[in-house]
Amino acid sequence: MKGSVIKYERDNIDTDVILPGPYLKIHDYAELATHAMEGLDKDFHKRVKPGDFIVAGKNFGCGSSREHAPIALSYSGIKAVLALSFARIFYRNAVDGAFLLPIEIDESAYKDISDTDSLEVDISTNEIKNLTKNKTYKIKPFPELIGKIIQAGGLFNYKP
Amino acid sequence: MNITEKILARASGKAQVSPGDVVFVNVDKVMVHDVSGPGVLAVFEKLRKKGMVIDKVWDPERVWVAEDHFVPAADKISAQNVVLLTNFTKQFGIKKHFKYGMGQYGICHTLSHEEAMVLPGEVYVGGDSHTNTTGALGAFAAGLGHTDVAYVLLNGKIWFKVPETLYFKLNGKLPDHVMAKDLILKIIGDIGTDGAAYKTMQFGGTGISEMSVESRLTLTNMTTEAGAKSGIVEPDQKLREYLAARGVTKYNEVHGDADAQYEKIYEYEGSEMEPIVAKPFSPENTVVARDLSSVELDKAYIGSCTGAKLEDLQAAAKILKGKTVKIRTEILPAAMSIFRKAMDTGLLKIFMDAGVVVGPPTCGACCGAHMGVLAKDEICISTTNRNFPGRMGHIESQTYLASPLVAAASAVTGKITDPRDLK
Ligand code: SF4
Repeated sequence: MKGSVIKYERDNIDTDVILPGPYLKIHDYAELATHAMEGLDKDFHKRVKPGDFIVAGKNFGCGSSREHAPIALSYSGIKAVLALSFARIFYRNAVDGAFLLPIEIDESAYKDISDTDSLEVDISTNEIKNLTKNKTYKIKPFPELIGKIIQAGGLFNYKP
Repeated sequence: MNITEKILARASGKAQVSPGDVVFVNVDKVMVHDVSGPGVLAVFEKLRKKGMVIDKVWDPERVWVAEDHFVPAADKISAQNVVLLTNFTKQFGIKKHFKYGMGQYGICHTLSHEEAMVLPGEVYVGGDSHTNTTGALGAFAAGLGHTDVAYVLLNGKIWFKVPETLYFKLNGKLPDHVMAKDLILKIIGDIGTDGAAYKTMQFGGTGISEMSVESRLTLTNMTTEAGAKSGIVEPDQKLREYLAARGVTKYNEVHGDADAQYEKIYEYEGSEMEPIVAKPFSPENTVVARDLSSVELDKAYIGSCTGAKLEDLQAAAKILKGKTVKIRTEILPAAMSIFRKAMDTGLLKIFMDAGVVVGPPTCGACCGAHMGVLAKDEICISTTNRNFPGRMGHIESQTYLASPLVAAASAVTGKITDPRDLK
C-alpha cells in the first residue's frame, strides 16, 4: 500500500469527531464519507485522496461504538490508520468489517512521520517505508487471529 | 480464574482461559437500537449483494431491540429508521422490541437492567459502546460494532480477547453527598481515558457491597470512558433482590475463585471521596466540584443511561424540593418504568414546581442529536458520560460531567455547586 500522510498530532481522537452524532442516522456510506473528521478538520474531505494514511497518537477511535467512524474514513479513501494505540471497538470494527487497517506504530515512527510524507506500508513484512525521508519503521505485528481475519477480508469471510 | 475469565471459559467451552487468549464465545443475549439496528441491516444488505441468503437470525428469543437515540423521531430519516427496525423485528420474529409510545421503552442500557434482559453469568453484547453498563448484573457485557453484531445475529458467537482485569476496591460507604458517579469520575481521572483499554474493570470491597445495584450500574456504565472492554460486579444478595423484584429468580451465578488473579488492584477509601466534576473536553479532566464554583452555566441536564435511573432522580429531587432553578434544566427519566415511579412517588411534582422541564426517555441531547442541543459557547452541567467537543451540540459548546446531586445543586444556583454548599 502506498499513499501520503494526513497527520493529527494528538491522542484520544474520538468517534464523535471522526463522525459527529447528528450523522448517525445516515447509513449511506458515500454520504457518510463527506462528513469524515468533520469534528476536528473541516477540510479533511477536500484534502483526502484514495490510498491516504492517517497518522495519530494514542487511543485513536475512542468513544462510541459507531461503525460509521471507520466506514466514513474508509469511504473517504483512507486505507490504514497508523496510531500509537487504538480504542478496542474502533479496532475490531475496522478489522471485522475490512474497512481499513488499524496499524500500531511506535513513538519514534510517530514523531518522525510528517504530514504529507509518502509511505509504503507492508503488513507481510511488518514494515513501513517513508519514501519522503528514506527511512524504514517496524510495525507491531497483528495477533494471529486478527491477521487471519484481515487475510480473509473480514469476519464474514473468515472460517474459524 | 476471576469472574470474567470464568464466564468466558464457560461460553467458549474451555476449562481454563487466561488473559490474552483469543476465544470464540457463545453469546447469550444481543441488543440493537435505532442507530446500530439499521447499521446492522446495512451490513445484511451488503452480504445479500454478495449472494448470502439471510432469512433468519440464530435465536430470536435472545435478541432484543430498543428505540432510544432518535426517538421521538427527530426527522424523516430517524422516523424511517424506526420503520426499518419494526420491519426487521416482525420479519425475524423478534418479540422483545421496546417501542416508543407503546408502554415500556427507554434507553437500551436502562432497559437491560429494568427489564432484567440480561442475567448473571451470561455473555451479553450490544451495538452500543455503553453495553458495559449491564456488567453490574454479574454478566460479561461488551459493546460491538455493526459487522460484529450482524455476525452474532447470524452465528450466535463472536471472538473476544480474554481481558486483563483491573480490580477497584472501595473500602467503606460513600458519604451522603457523594454518589457512584463521583467515584467513577475520580477513577477515570486517576487512570485516564485509555487507562483500562482492552481490559475489564471489576468493582468490589465493602463499599460496593453496601452500594445499590443502580449505583453499581453507574460505575460499570462509565468503564467505557476509561477504554474498558467491560465492567463487572460479582453477584450478591442485593442483586438477587433487585432481580427478584423484576420477577427473575433462576440463573447461574458465576463467582471468581478464591485465588483469582487481577492485573492490578486499586483501593479507594469511601470516607475520603468528594463530589467530582469532569471539565470539557474529556471525562479524565477531573477536579473536585468546589474548585469550579465560579463556572457560570446555561443548562443542567439530568438524563441518560448514566444519570437518570430512579435513584438519580431521587437524588435530584432531594436537592430541588422547594427550590427554583436558575438555569434551563431538563430531567429525562431513562425509561418509562422509571418515569412512572417518579410520578407515583411525587418526584415529578417536585421537578415541575422547581421549574424543570420533564421529558420522555431519549438519548437525543446526550449525544447532541436532537431534543435540546447546546448552542455555540453554551455551558452545560450534565449527568451523562461524555464531554468530547460537540458531544451535546455545537462544537464550541462545553459540557461538565457530574453526579445528579451536583447537577441539581448547580441548577439551583446557576453555577457549578457542591451540594454541601447549597444553602
Ligand atoms: S444515553 Fe447517551 S450514553 Fe447512554 S446510550 Fe444514549 S447516547 Fe449513549
